[in-house]
Amino acid sequence: MSQAHPGYDGAVLHDAKAEFDAKDKAMIKAHLAFAYISLGLGAIAGLLQALERTGMVISLPLGTGYYQLLTLHGVLLGLVFTTLFIIGFLHSGIVKTLGGAYSNAERRVAWVGFYMMLIGVIMAGLMILTNQATVLYTFYAPLHASPWFYIGSALLIVGSWVSGVAIFMSYGRWKKANPGKPAPLFSFMSVATMILWIIATLGVAVEVLFQLIPWSFGWVPRIDVELSRTFFWYFGHPLVYFWLLPAYIYWYVNIPRIIKGKIFSDSLPRLTFILFILYSIPVGFHHQLMEPGIGYFWKFLQVILTFFVVIPSLLTAFTILATFELAGRSLGAKGRFGWVRKMPWGDVRFLAPVVGMLFFIPGGAGGIINASYQMNQVVHNTLWVTGHFHMTLATTVILTFFGISYWLIPALTNRILTPVANRLGILQTVIWSLGMLLMSVPMHITGILGEPRRTAYTTYGNAPLAEIWRPYRAMMAMGGTLLFIGIVIFLGIAIYLWYFAPKAAQSIEYPIGEVNDKAPAPPPILERWSLWVAITFALVLIAYTVPIVGMFMNPSPGSPPLRTW
Amino acid sequence: MKIDLPRYEKIWITFGIGTLAAFLIIIGVMAFTMDLHPPGDNRTIIPEAISITPPFDKPGLYPSGSRNYKAAIVAKTFTFLPTEMRIPAGSTVHFEVTSPDVVHGLMIPGTNVNMLVVPGRITQFTYTFKHKGNYYLICNEYCGSGHQLMASRLIVE
Ligand code: HEM
Ligand SMILES: [Cu+2]
Ligand SMILES: [Cu+2]
Repeated sequence: MSQAHPGYDGAVLHDAKAEFDAKDKAMIKAHLAFAYISLGLGAIAGLLQALERTGMVISLPLGTGYYQLLTLHGVLLGLVFTTLFIIGFLHSGIVKTLGGAYSNAERRVAWVGFYMMLIGVIMAGLMILTNQATVLYTFYAPLHASPWFYIGSALLIVGSWVSGVAIFMSYGRWKKANPGKPAPLFSFMSVATMILWIIATLGVAVEVLFQLIPWSFGWVPRIDVELSRTFFWYFGHPLVYFWLLPAYIYWYVNIPRIIKGKIFSDSLPRLTFILFILYSIPVGFHHQLMEPGIGYFWKFLQVILTFFVVIPSLLTAFTILATFELAGRSLGAKGRFGWVRKMPWGDVRFLAPVVGMLFFIPGGAGGIINASYQMNQVVHNTLWVTGHFHMTLATTVILTFFGISYWLIPALTNRILTPVANRLGILQTVIWSLGMLLMSVPMHITGILGEPRRTAYTTYGNAPLAEIWRPYRAMMAMGGTLLFIGIVIFLGIAIYLWYFAPKAAQSIEYPIGEVNDKAPAPPPILERWSLWVAITFALVLIAYTVPIVGMFMNPSPGSPPLRTW
Repeated sequence: MKIDLPRYEKIWITFGIGTLAAFLIIIGVMAFTMDLHPPGDNRTIIPEAISITPPFDKPGLYPSGSRNYKAAIVAKTFTFLPTEMRIPAGSTVHFEVTSPDVVHGLMIPGTNVNMLVVPGRITQFTYTFKHKGNYYLICNEYCGSGHQLMASRLIVE
């Protein structure tokens, strides 16, 4: 018999084999636990910042400074929570779609990656907490953090590569056992995501290992700041696609199952992911438009490449909506928009990510403004940018991750997402949306009015300029408070699903959509990774060789380490 | 490569690529025919030697024609030098900025002046101040514990 269950009743299966292997469960749960703890700590920092920078709270607890908290918030939420959640989620889907369990060797590699990241984060975290690394999550030289902060960051990066190796091993094993067959969509997308991540992190790894660590230990006296920023942003932009692609995986692969539909096409989603690899990496200069040392031509070329990301984004919008519509029609919807009412709006696993998608429409439009060469001058380093990535990362992506958590934790603990938990999740989604509107819309506005980002509370000596910002600042503080409440509710639900929710009589389904029978098989070329990686490197060489060679030919005298906090 | 692309999707993508092209053409024409480029420069400078390298040894406004100025500005923790500048309305100011220490930003709210200042390099940008008023130069890149205090004034009379 099947359990009472909110939303899609197919969530309870009668097949015991659907359960995760106990050892894989432990490994995936470790990743999620690590991610959720980072989320909780990061949220505390977020609340205090939101209150401090708007003038609501002047002295922070334990004498921490604004910038120390901001470093903690950026590192914990932007780098740690995202990376750990993503890798845990990818492991879960790889295990699920490539044969049901990792081999012992693969699981061991996954654990090695996990511990490297754990140790790295503890090291970097201790340096931040002791105020030896108040350099923000971008750690721009010549701000000089303790070497252990950089070593911790390097461990986080390299640990994530090792996790990628576990994924590649599992994928290779499946390919060998199934020659000539296209890999399941989830695993294809996971491999694409990790390829993008590894190519992208090469930049920051070069910066940290060859520039920052030797310089912070004093083995080399000076650092070329512009060069280090270029390596950083080579990584910093694709970083945002590393956050986004796992959300896309959920939209493309898992949601069709939750809405009782089929995956609309087996090739388009793959093509989309390939395009993201190609066009997300050679574009870092769009974060460096305002700085010296890079020629206009090269800045503009990377702006062009940046805009190409519009194509896979539009493909995604189309495919997701088509999937929804077909699902609604197959459930008997009539008329042009009848399918909208067939969607499971009362199921938080659907509602949360869909609200996230809606936020992506203004979020994406804001991104186009940021990248628009001249318009970037109006918004660069203003609070507009902070508003932008809270709308995209901290809403589109995070609400999707919340939606995933609401079934992934049950699938791992074999507990039920009860109707009460589901309703709380819906409340959480509403609070998050309101909080984010209240915080990020005013951030966009004051940004245009000239309020800088990454700046503690200030009135610049009662400047009339800062007077104009005041009402928006009050809204941001209210929005930030709501967001904090939202995270508390989310963590409450997560703990409930982890430890307290009633046990399910049968195993909980891991929703993987089936591909529409009419969709033709994906062309094998899409899985020729060597080809796509080669094209990516070719594009990187075109976009970066001349400017980087230029920095070597016309080097700046460099900077010694400085501690200004 | 055959990919199943339904008719509506083709229309959608064509529309998308068309818009994209229009955008890029507009930005490109503005950049390369109207010379509307963001700030930049290729000159380098020794950060510790700024106080003895002209024009940064004497930060300030240098007239370079009628209603034309060069502004040599030093952005350092946690102030801009000079701390105040006055120009008549309608003046064109050619900013040249550098830093003796860490990375700073120089933004003038209400204008398109927004420059990143990197130690070891010089950033330049030109802007015409048409309207009278009190403008603020504020630092918009985190530079240390006093970052939120880093501002100076430009008075357009
Ligand atoms: C409790 C909810 C949250 C609140 C109240 C909050 C608030 C803020 C505020 C006020 C700032 C910075 C302001 C400044 O530039 O001075 C900030 C920065 C930031 N936030 Fe959040 N945030 C929240 C959640 C999140 C989440 C969920 C993420 C990502 C997963 C996130 C990622 C970031 C990042 C990456 C920065 C940039 C740090 C930097 O510029 O160095 N935030 N947040
Ligand atoms: Cu970017
Ligand atoms: Cu500053």
